[in-house]
Amino acid sequence: MSLDMFIQHLFNALTLGSLYGLIAIGYTMVYGILRLINFAHGDIFMLGAYFVFFGVTLTKLPWGIAVVLAVALSALCGTVIDRIAYRPLRDAPRISALISAIGVSFFIENLGLVVFTGLPKPVYRPDWLVEVINLGNIRILPLALIVPAIAFALVMGLLWIVYKTKPGLAMRSISKDIETTRLMGVSVDKIIALTFGLGSALAAASGIMWALRYPQIHPFMGVFPGFKAFIAAVLGGIGSIQGAMIGGMLLGLIEIMAVAFFPALSGYRDAFAFILLIVILLMKPTGLMGEKLEEKV
Amino acid sequence: MSANPPVLETKEVTIRFGGLTAVSNFNISVPKGSIVGLIGPNGAGKTTCFNIITGFYKPTQGEVFLEGKPITGLPPHKVCEEGIARTFQNIRLFYNETVLQNVMIGGFVRQKSHWWMPPLMIPSCTREERELRETAMALLDSVGLGKLAGEISSALPYGAQRRLEIARALATKPKFLLLDEPAAGMNPQESQELMDFIKRIRTDFDLTILLIEHDMKVVMGVCEHIWVLDYGILIAEGNPEQIRTNPKVIEAYLGEEATQNA
Amino acid sequence: MKTPNKNRDLTLTTAAVGLLLVFLWWANGHLDNYKIQVLNLIAINSILALSLNLIYGFTGMFSLGHAGFMAIGAYVSSLLILPPVQKEMIYILQPLIWPFSVLQAPFFIAVLAGGFAAALLGLVIAIPVLRLGGDYLGIATLGFAEIIRVVFTNLTPITNGALGLKGIPNYANIWWNYGWCLLTLFFLIRLINSNFGNVLKAIRDDEIAARAMGINTFKYRVVSFSIGAFFAGIGGALMASLITTIDPKMFSFLLTFNVLMIVVAGGLGSLTGSIIGSAVITVLLEWLRFVENPIDIGSFHLDGIPGMRMVIFSLLLILIILFRREGIMGMREFSWDSLISRFSRGGEAR
Repeated sequence: MSLDMFIQHLFNALTLGSLYGLIAIGYTMVYGILRLINFAHGDIFMLGAYFVFFGVTLTKLPWGIAVVLAVALSALCGTVIDRIAYRPLRDAPRISALISAIGVSFFIENLGLVVFTGLPKPVYRPDWLVEVINLGNIRILPLALIVPAIAFALVMGLLWIVYKTKPGLAMRSISKDIETTRLMGVSVDKIIALTFGLGSALAAASGIMWALRYPQIHPFMGVFPGFKAFIAAVLGGIGSIQGAMIGGMLLGLIEIMAVAFFPALSGYRDAFAFILLIVILLMKPTGLMGEKLEEKV
Repeated sequence: MSANPPVLETKEVTIRFGGLTAVSNFNISVPKGSIVGLIGPNGAGKTTCFNIITGFYKPTQGEVFLEGKPITGLPPHKVCEEGIARTFQNIRLFYNETVLQNVMIGGFVRQKSHWWMPPLMIPSCTREERELRETAMALLDSVGLGKLAGEISSALPYGAQRRLEIARALATKPKFLLLDEPAAGMNPQESQELMDFIKRIRTDFDLTILLIEHDMKVVMGVCEHIWVLDYGILIAEGNPEQIRTNPKVIEAYLGEEATQNA
Repeated sequence: MKTPNKNRDLTLTTAAVGLLLVFLWWANGHLDNYKIQVLNLIAINSILALSLNLIYGFTGMFSLGHAGFMAIGAYVSSLLILPPVQKEMIYILQPLIWPFSVLQAPFFIAVLAGGFAAALLGLVIAIPVLRLGGDYLGIATLGFAEIIRVVFTNLTPITNGALGLKGIPNYANIWWNYGWCLLTLFFLIRLINSNFGNVLKAIRDDEIAARAMGINTFKYRVVSFSIGAFFAGIGGALMASLITTIDPKMFSFLLTFNVLMIVVAGGLGSLTGSIIGSAVITVLLEWLRFVENPIDIGSFHLDGIPGMRMVIFSLLLILIILFRREGIMGMREFSWDSLISRFSRGGEAR
C-alpha cells in the first residue's frame, strides 16, 4: 500500500472514528449514570439525520438552521424517551429498563418505516463541504477535516459542561452514588434528563454528519452504528467520555485499516466490532479508561 | 486451649485491596466441637475474614486449613463441598423459592444424580430426590420451620428467615459453620432463643461454629473462645471473662458500647 | 409440593394432551393452510420461548443470542434433509463442499443434529461469555448472533452465502412440530421441577448465596445455556423446514426480539406462561398483518402501511414492561388445582 493510500485511509478512519465516538458518548454517559444500555440511542442518530432532511425539503429552512433545530429536536426526543420509557422503571430490575429500551428502539425504527417509508433518501449536501481538495496525490473532501474538528469541539464543550459547571458536577456525583446525590438535594431526574438530552444532541450531530459522509438515509441506518458505538464505549471504558471518543477512534481505525490491508475480509467488516467487544469483555472488562465496579459479597 | 484437634486453622492470613491492608496476620485455630466468636468494631475486617475462609476472597498471603487440609484459594463452592457453610450478614435467601426449596438447594451439594437424569426419569435419581425432600423436611421440623415449608421464603418474618438461612447452611452437611451476625435485628428474647438454638445445633449436627456478632450478650453467652479484631489485626483472644477484662479490647471496642451492657 | 391429587392431575393432563391431539387431527383435515401454518408457528414459537425462558427466566442469564442458535439449527438440519440434486441446483455461486454435499439424514435425526450443533455452539460461546453478567451478557450474546450471521453470509461454500437455501423439504408438519413442542415442554417441566431446577432458580435469585451453598454456578449456567441453545436449534430446524426457505438475513435481531417478547408477555420463569404467550403473540402478530395489507371500506381504499405491525408490537412490549412486568403468568405455573378452584368459585367472585 502506498503512503498516499494509507493517508487517505487514515482520513476515512478519522471521520468514521469521530462519528462513532460522538454516539458512544451518549451510551457511556447514560450507562455511567443508570447502568442502562440505551438501545434507542442509535435511533436518535437516525432521527437527527431525518430531521435535517425534512427541515431542508419540507419546510425549506436554510441548511444551517435546519441542523441546529434537528439537534435540539433530537435532544428533546432523547429526554422524552427517558421520561416515558425508562424513568418509571428506575426501581425495577435493571434488565426491565433494557427490555424497554429494546422496545423503544424497534418502535422508533418501525415508526420511521411508517412515516419516512423504507426508501433510502438522498441527502442535501452544501457544496462547500464536498468540493474535493487535492493535497499532492491525496484527494479528500473538506468533510474529512471538518467532521473530526466539529467532533473535537463538541467533546471539548461537553467536557467543559461535565467538569466545570454545577449540573456537570451533579452528573458526576450521580454516577458515583445516585441515592446520596438525591439526599444532597439534587434533582436527580432533571440531571438524568439533561444527560439524555446532551447524549442525544451528540448522537444527532453524528447522524447529520454521517448523512453528509454517506449521503443516503433510511430508518434502520442507526442500528449498526449504534451497536458499534456502544462497543466503542465499552472499549474505551464505560462511563468515561474521553474513553468513548478514544474507543470510537480505535474502532474506526480497526474497521477501515483491516479492510484496507486485507480486502478479503471486507465481507466480515460488521463482525469486527463484535469480535472486538467479546475480546475486551474477556480480557479487560473495564475497558481502556474505565474504573472497576466491584460486586459486594 | 483444649485437647480437641483444630477443625479450622488460619496461618498468617493477610489480604490487601490495592494499597489497603484489610486483614493482616490473621491466625486462629478453632477446636472441634467448639463455639467461638470473632468480634471487633465496625469495619475491623470480620466479614472479610469470613469471605477469605469461604473462598470468596483469595488471601494475599497465608493459608487456611480445614482439618489439616489446605483450602486456601479454593472457589466458594469447593469450600462448601469440603464442609464449610455460612450465613450472611444481610440475609441472602432465595427469595422467590419456598422454604423447602431453599433447604433442598442447600442439599444439592451432596446430591449424586446429574442434571440430565430427572427429564429421563432415571429411578435412582427420583429416589434420591424423594429422600432429599424428606431429609429437608426433617431438618425444617428440627428447626421449627416445618409448618412453613410451603411458604415463599420472602414472606417469612425476620427471625424465621434467619433460622431458615441457618437450616439451609446445615443442609449442606457442614463440619464447620460460619454465622455472620446471626442476632442482628433481634430483640432480647429472640436472641436468647437464638443462643439456645446455636448450642442445640452444635450437638445435634456435630458442628464447630464460628460467629461474628455485635450483641455482646450473645457473644459472651454462647462463645467459649473469642478473638478480637481491630483494623484488621487480632488484638486479643481468650475466654469471655478474659476478653471482658482485657484493657486493649476495652479501649478498642468495648469502650464505646458494651461496657455499659456488660 | 404436597400432591394429594397426583393421580387426578395425571389423568387430567393425559386427557388434555389427548384433546390437543384430537384437535390437531381435526384441524389438519378441516382448517385451511393459513390457519394450519399459524398453528405450526405457535408450536415452534413455544419451543423457542421455552428455551429462552430456561436461559433468562429460570437461570437469570439475559441472552440475546437466540437467532444465532436458530440459524445453526436451521442450516445444519436443512443441509441434512435437502436432496443432493437440489443442493447442486441451489449452490450457484460456489458448489457445496464435501461432506455436506452428500450427507443425508431422516428428518428426526436432522432436527436432532441441528439441536446438538446449536448446543455445541452454545457451549463454546458460554464458556467465555457467561463470566459476564446482566446486560453485558446480553450485548455479548447479541454480538455472537451477529457474528454467526456475518459468517454465514460469507461462508458461501457451505451456506450458499446471502442467497440462502431454497426448496427445503417441507417435513415439519403439525405432528412433528407439536411432537417436538410437547417433548420440549416435558423435558423442561421435569428439569425445572427437579432439585436441579431449584438450583437454576437459586443462581438467578442470588448467585453469591448459591456459590456459598456449594453450587458451581458457572458450570450450571453453562449447562442451562447449552440446553436452551439446544432447543433453540430444534426450533430453528423446524422453522426452516416449515417455511422451506432460509437465508442469513432472516436470523437477525428481530427474530430474537420476537421470542423475547413472547417470554416477557407469558411471564419470566413460567413454562406454561411461555406456551400461552406464544399462542397469544403468534396469533396477534398474524392478526396484525391486516394493518399492513390494503383495505377497502366501501369506496375508500387504504393502502397497507409497512412497519405498522412492528410499531404496534414494540409499543405493546413497552406497555407490558411498564405496566405489567410479570406478564400473563408471572412466575406462577398453570395447575389443575388453581383451575378447578377458580371454576368452583366461578359464580361468586369476579
